[in-house]
Amino acid sequence: MIRDILAQTEQIDHQIASLTDSLKSENEDSPAAIRMTEEISVLSSARKALLDTCTSLTPEDKVFLARHINRPHVDDIIDALFTDFFEQKGDHLYDEDRSIYGGIARYNGIPVTVIGHRKGHSVEDNIKYNFGMPRPEGYRKALRLMEQAEKFRRPIITFVDTPGAYPGKEAEEHGQGEAIAKNLAAMSRLTVPVITVVTGEGNSGGALAISIANKILMLENAVYSVLSPEGFASILWKDSSRHAEACEIMKLTADDLLTANVADEIVKEPLGGAQADPDTLYKNLDIALSTNLKQLMAYTPEQVLAQRRHKFRCIGRIEDSIVSMVN
Amino acid sequence: MKSSNSITHTVQDAFRNTTFSNLVKKDISKSIIPSVMNPEFIDCPKCKRRAFKHTWEKNYFACPNCGQYKPIGGYYRLSLILDKGTFNEMDYDLTANNPIDFPGYEEKLENQEKKSGLKEAVITATGKIGGIPVVTVVLDSRFFMGSMSTIVGEKVTRAIEYATKRKLPLIIFSASGGARMQEGIYSLMQMAKTAAAIEEFSENGGLYISFLTHPTTGGVTASFATLGDITLAEPGALIGFAGPRVIEQTINAKLPKGFQRSEYLESHGFVDKIVERSQMRDTLIDLLKLHNTKGSEHIMTVVK
Repeated sequence: MIRDILAQTEQIDHQIASLTDSLKSENEDSPAAIRMTEEISVLSSARKALLDTCTSLTPEDKVFLARHINRPHVDDIIDALFTDFFEQKGDHLYDEDRSIYGGIARYNGIPVTVIGHRKGHSVEDNIKYNFGMPRPEGYRKALRLMEQAEKFRRPIITFVDTPGAYPGKEAEEHGQGEAIAKNLAAMSRLTVPVITVVTGEGNSGGALAISIANKILMLENAVYSVLSPEGFASILWKDSSRHAEACEIMKLTADDLLTANVADEIVKEPLGGAQADPDTLYKNLDIALSTNLKQLMAYTPEQVLAQRRHKFRCIGRIEDSIVSMVN
Repeated sequence: MKSSNSITHTVQDAFRNTTFSNLVKKDISKSIIPSVMNPEFIDCPKCKRRAFKHTWEKNYFACPNCGQYKPIGGYYRLSLILDKGTFNEMDYDLTANNPIDFPGYEEKLENQEKKSGLKEAVITATGKIGGIPVVTVVLDSRFFMGSMSTIVGEKVTRAIEYATKRKLPLIIFSASGGARMQEGIYSLMQMAKTAAAIEEFSENGGLYISFLTHPTTGGVTASFATLGDITLAEPGALIGFAGPRVIEQTINAKLPKGFQRSEYLESHGFVDKIVERSQMRDTLIDLLKLHNTKGSEHIMTVVK
């Protein structure tokens, strides 16, 4: 279990840090210093050995990593890979939904629209951003930003990381279903390139509403499915505690999504998950993003539209299209 | 069908009509769950009062005493709105597969087929309403709670594409418990597929009347069901994205009476009109005529 491995590496990291600290006050050649240096190198190789066992993760491990509180989120990625970010707030209809973060930025010098689910890295922030669970106002904000991107011919890059749409009373009264549906329909008609990166967990309509993209990239340990494993277990077996079992059969890993032709590319993560070494992740993501964007920007608007429509039309398509009568 | 006077077509039409009326009869008999006390009566599940079978049937399976709607089968519903002899089913033979190799899914599908007599949770057809040719889609909650499977998404999409190509008005009766969990991500992607098909249909000037029936929830609500030019709803239908139980658990409070019902949605601005079953056909004819579709010229000549 990755959970246990990470707990152990964290402990080792702690030990290494305290040894490094005490080493500073020692004379370099003192026997104590030599002993400590040796200890550090033993601990480091133990850490590496532990991380090396992370090469074959189970779907449940991936769900754990996808939800890791230190996992890089949309705001971290914007800081790392984009410049001149200008945040755009509110749906300009009713409210500001902080679970969706977005605005205009430059990527490799090109103005783009960026949108993503926001979660934060602490419990306080989690609450502030509603754990990345959007309300209708969030989808409508995203739609507003995307329609502007279309108007000003900016490519759109979205980052998906949500447990799903927020199941609240007002969310229903304000048309949660309608808001998601409108986004699906509107995104299907955009003529600017859209790239979606599933960075963490992508669940249900809450994820789909900003994911009708020309290219869908998934981080190696990201997951994408119809519902959270807990929700899935609760609906199928009336028992949300069976989520581990659900992870195994839901086919929600990046590899599964590649097989299903939903994901187009997997972005490698450092051993032990993106949070273990965010800089390596940003480097890999940058390569994937720039390659795909360059390719899509060579298309005409008509080609961009046709390619996206074709991608989604083909999921579960049955080739024989004869209209048959009863019997 | 240009040569409809030929013998082959006459025979085919006759065969089709007999099949359709048999399917309708089967639907009706399934809606009739006779009273245990007396088989001539049906007990209302809501008000518990009983009425004659034929009174229920004459009342389109709304309780003659309290007005509570009973779910009805898709073929029966189509028989209430389509002109006689115009029903023509599309893609009848498309059946579900098991895209994520979900354990036990095939057996479940078999059971659903046995229980409902349907091959999937949706019926798509062409037909005429008041002489106006239309494409109609009916989701049938008797099969897997009308849940969105790959085939449901595919059949709905094909029906929409057919309507786009032939420039026909589109009428979809939704009823769905949401996504088909057993099909995982494929189920979710049908929302994208159907919504895109509606968008293209709409761009081409097509009229889409969305008719929400009990229950319309989850992925169907968040895709084609809420994208209609005109949105109608049956009285008392549950319509929403998240289920009421999940919402109550999330907010840790009781929901108000009538929450997520047709009337609640109407007063919150998401439904144009609540339409009784008895008014369904007339309402649709009025709307089709108002949109000046191809068939309306035909209607004018008939009226003259």
